[in-house]
Amino acid sequence: MTKPMPEVAPEKTKDRLIIDASQKYYKVLNQEIRLAVSNGAHAIELRNVNGQRYLADGINKRVKIHVHGTPGNNVGAFMDGPELYVHGNSQEQVGNTMNSGKIVVFGNASDVVGYGMRGGKIFIKGDAGYRVGIHMKQYKSSVPVVIVGGTTGDFLGEYMAGGIVIVLGLTADGDEIVGDYVGTGMHGGVIYVRGKPVPAHRLGEEPARVELTEKDNALLAKLLKEYSTELSLDFDKIMSKPFFKYIPQSHRPYGNMYANQP
Amino acid sequence: MVNHNYQHESSGCGLVGIISTTGKKMSGEQVLRAVAILHERGNGLGGGFAAYGIYPKYRDFFAFHLLMDSAESKSAVEAYLQERFLVEHGEEIPTRNPSERYPNYSGGRNLEEILPEIMPSLLWRYFCKPKRPENSTDGLTDEDYVVQAVMHINENIHGAFVISSGRNMGVFKGVGYPEDLGHFFKLEEYEAYIWTGHARFPTNSQGWWGGAHPFTLLDWAVIHNGEISSYGINKRYLEMYGYKCTLMTDTEVVTYMLDLLIRKHGLPTEVALRAVAAPFWKDVDRMPADERKLHEALRMVYGSALLNGPFAIIFTHSRGMVGMNDRIKLRPLVAACKGDMVYMSSEECGIREICPNPERVWNPRAGHPVIARLEDGVK
Amino acid sequence: MNQNKRGLIPPKFKQVINRELCRRCKRCILSCGFEALKFENGVIGIAGECVACHRCVTMCPEGAITIQKQPLDYRDNEYWTVEIREELYRQSESGGVILASMGNDKPFKSYFDHLVLDACQVTNPSIDPLREPMELRTYLGRKPEKVTVEKDKKGKFQLKGKMPANLLLETPIIFGGMSYGSVSLNTHKALAMAAKNCGILMNTGEGGLHKDLYPYTDNIIVQCASGRFGVNEEYLKRAAMIEIKIGQGAKPGIGGHLPGEKVTAPISETRMIPIGTDALSPAPHHDIYSIEDLRQLIFSLKEATEYKKPVCVKISAVHNVAAIASGVARAGADVICIDGFRGGTGATPKMVRDHVGIPIELAIAAVDDRLREENIRHQVSLIASGGIRTSADMIKAIGLGADAVAICTAALVALGCHLCQQCHTGNCSWGIATQRPEMERRLDPEWGGQQLTRLIQAWSYELKEVLGLLGVNAVESFRGSRERLRGIGLSELELDILGVKHAGR
Repeated sequence: MTKPMPEVAPEKTKDRLIIDASQKYYKVLNQEIRLAVSNGAHAIELRNVNGQRYLADGINKRVKIHVHGTPGNNVGAFMDGPELYVHGNSQEQVGNTMNSGKIVVFGNASDVVGYGMRGGKIFIKGDAGYRVGIHMKQYKSSVPVVIVGGTTGDFLGEYMAGGIVIVLGLTADGDEIVGDYVGTGMHGGVIYVRGKPVPAHRLGEEPARVELTEKDNALLAKLLKEYSTELSLDFDKIMSKPFFKYIPQSHRPYGNMYANQP
Repeated sequence: MVNHNYQHESSGCGLVGIISTTGKKMSGEQVLRAVAILHERGNGLGGGFAAYGIYPKYRDFFAFHLLMDSAESKSAVEAYLQERFLVEHGEEIPTRNPSERYPNYSGGRNLEEILPEIMPSLLWRYFCKPKRPENSTDGLTDEDYVVQAVMHINENIHGAFVISSGRNMGVFKGVGYPEDLGHFFKLEEYEAYIWTGHARFPTNSQGWWGGAHPFTLLDWAVIHNGEISSYGINKRYLEMYGYKCTLMTDTEVVTYMLDLLIRKHGLPTEVALRAVAAPFWKDVDRMPADERKLHEALRMVYGSALLNGPFAIIFTHSRGMVGMNDRIKLRPLVAACKGDMVYMSSEECGIREICPNPERVWNPRAGHPVIARLEDGVK
Repeated sequence: MNQNKRGLIPPKFKQVINRELCRRCKRCILSCGFEALKFENGVIGIAGECVACHRCVTMCPEGAITIQKQPLDYRDNEYWTVEIREELYRQSESGGVILASMGNDKPFKSYFDHLVLDACQVTNPSIDPLREPMELRTYLGRKPEKVTVEKDKKGKFQLKGKMPANLLLETPIIFGGMSYGSVSLNTHKALAMAAKNCGILMNTGEGGLHKDLYPYTDNIIVQCASGRFGVNEEYLKRAAMIEIKIGQGAKPGIGGHLPGEKVTAPISETRMIPIGTDALSPAPHHDIYSIEDLRQLIFSLKEATEYKKPVCVKISAVHNVAAIASGVARAGADVICIDGFRGGTGATPKMVRDHVGIPIELAIAAVDDRLREENIRHQVSLIASGGIRTSADMIKAIGLGADAVAICTAALVALGCHLCQQCHTGNCSWGIATQRPEMERRLDPEWGGQQLTRLIQAWSYELKEVLGLLGVNAVESFRGSRERLRGIGLSELELDILGVKHAGR
């Protein structure tokens, strides 16, 4: 469950605290970041980041952090509130089990984006890798969202229990937009794919395609407006192609597989 | 009788591979910087490097790198080599005196204390050619001959292990962080057109120096992240063909499997990789008839060669470097290129450390290995 | 059967009828194939006739009947067991070989029950079989040592040459040989239907192939046994694989046995023997007196079928089984089925059933090792059979090196069999091991086919579950991987033979 967010003063450029990450061991860097946050910084800029892990993990204040370079694995894991901007590609496990907040990646993301996400948003401009959005959950107003601008690899939305995943295929160029085993084990949540439907042989056993309703269209418009603004992409171009919706067919997909002991 | 009583260890790790497709030589300093960034992926219990093109003076000789732990082992090895090979030259592998400072060393550890304890005392290299009668009827190629010698030394000469046996290439490895080992072996003084580096996180608490990557046979070198869960059957399959898996690490089977399929059975690299990382039946069923027949045959014949379990592997030979994943991509691998250079690593930051602005960076898909070859004209 | 026939042997079982629940519908009496119940002012059991097949219990609409052991206390004697005493009574009265059915029921050690499996933890992740692909496909047949490729006109790689004949199984389980005669035609039909549904194979046993099974050709193995029953060119054409039966686990070294009671008109027609005679198959094939003769039979079958079908050889697990299997592989067999001493049958001398042969676990381990040592493992597929009771047994057999397992007893239990061990009488109340038309009707082949299909499905799910926890997604990566098994409570020598370490190592 999310807690109510404290009021935040508008960001001023002068307020950005700059931290140089060159050659810094991640423990040291993360300590500096946490110190800055607890000292009241609203915006932090990390420069020369290359491979430092666990950035912003567990931070529960609504601080803006700009990451210049390539952050290491698990950026934003378990975080609750910050807004991270990655100016480059990210590595594995972006937003792992995050509770709330936002992560924007201006490049590509690697595997395991948003694993166990409980709320908040992750926006990827380019492609994402395998196992995106695994076991995302939702409860009442806490609905996590992952939007990928390009393509994804296999096992998208595997075991989803809630939340929203949108894949736009803007870089696809006629290639496959999503990989294999889409939504396998899904028992909650929704996946939207833009441009063309997922071929039957690539869809897991659990999800089924359903028609979009007015509510879906309004939701997509709202989320994609925010997405295209953050990433400076063309909203109209994004909305110019149809979307296809996938939800689980049953909440107990494996009910028939088990039998009681005599 | 077959020996079923063995132990094997596996590991989590970090990989780096660099190749210049025009054969341009680079110092080891780059690969050391890249592997140092992957520090978190190892735990200091293993590291190693492979380098190609480092012995131009002895380019036609097989360069045996040996780790030996006593004078007796060394005598036994030398006696064996003298008997079976023309030994052109033998010398200690140069290592840095721990008290010397390496200009860019940023490891912060006291090597003087760490390294002498964990490295075997004798690190030697011998440049050899097989000593065989002119019209030998044993049906072996020079390569088979060398493989036999390597298996013999590893299995029968106590306290000695061959860690590389290719021409104009060599492997440097041991127990320690790779950047420390690179410092120890003075890798900045070598010039190679292919470098690979590996940081190891073995799950047995006692890493041992024979267990570090790369694993080699002839000029194959393999570095690997993950665990081969089919090790038990891969090993038994290889043993049928005379490969002895003595180094008790599952990466060893990858190396021998590639040697068997590519060198001995003559399968083209792409086809061999389709045997060890086979596409799923549901995808084979949808292939056009000819392609399906080939994949069915590969699966039927090479089922025991299938590498199962999560893995990312970079393997190299004198004419190229290949990066590949298991078929559901459970381990990371990133590739990049710029000009004639191709890079591969477990994490993008490893590449960015030495090539901050590549032309292209991508995550290879499962079942689609990245193959970088020396251009045709290059020697 | 009546009291005189019982002779010196006291009754074993009694029927206990709850008079308050019994509504006197007499269904139990009709159900009984052994004439063990009669009606005289109520349902009454006839002493000594009940064999505990439980058909009446299952059929009673009120649950009013149950079967109990007839209590009779003997003085305890661990050495001269009650069973031994009773067999002495029977032998002295009859002067004959004691006949029995099903498999060895003696308390020999089960190696399956002393093996445990590994699981992935931390260093190697499990795979989730419910959500990720798990491949069970298995090919039975001879494989070449390597694959050769060539480029086609478009520069793509394709296979050079042809692969030898292989059969595809969607899951590594087949139904083993049970002859038409020992089991009913409806049983055969149920097996054939299930084999087709599941993409596996059934084996007709040595009784010939009834024409009602012709539509199932692609899923049928026909047996060429020493009696050569029903073997003609049509028979060979109608099969996907031909099995030369040298022996079976329930009676190694001796031939098949179908008591005269079960040789009815249709059996007489299929087997081409007179009605009512005992169909005894010779102990050896009279044209196989040495290994090179086996080679001749194998190749004559291959020639007769134009090398389009693999040829299997079925042998019992005996002392020298590793060397024998090696010889059989070199003689040209494409598949070897090894039947361990727990194997079942419709009729066999009890003494042979219980005292001849060795456990399948040891046999498969030894054969798999030997074939690898000799570098010929790829020349044959190995099928393990003989007391495969559960998917756990199947999985352990595969871990020891089997390509697939064959089940018989388990399949019959799925059709209703309660292992009363009276198959040789031909009075099976379940309609399985009988030729009496009024009994055979009771087994609906459609229903039977579904029962068997569900059984195979359940075992396949369990196999996938285990492969997943072992961290592999293809059965080939587990097959023969002794590393994933450990023994518990086994001696060093037993572990050495099985090629497995003890748990804790």
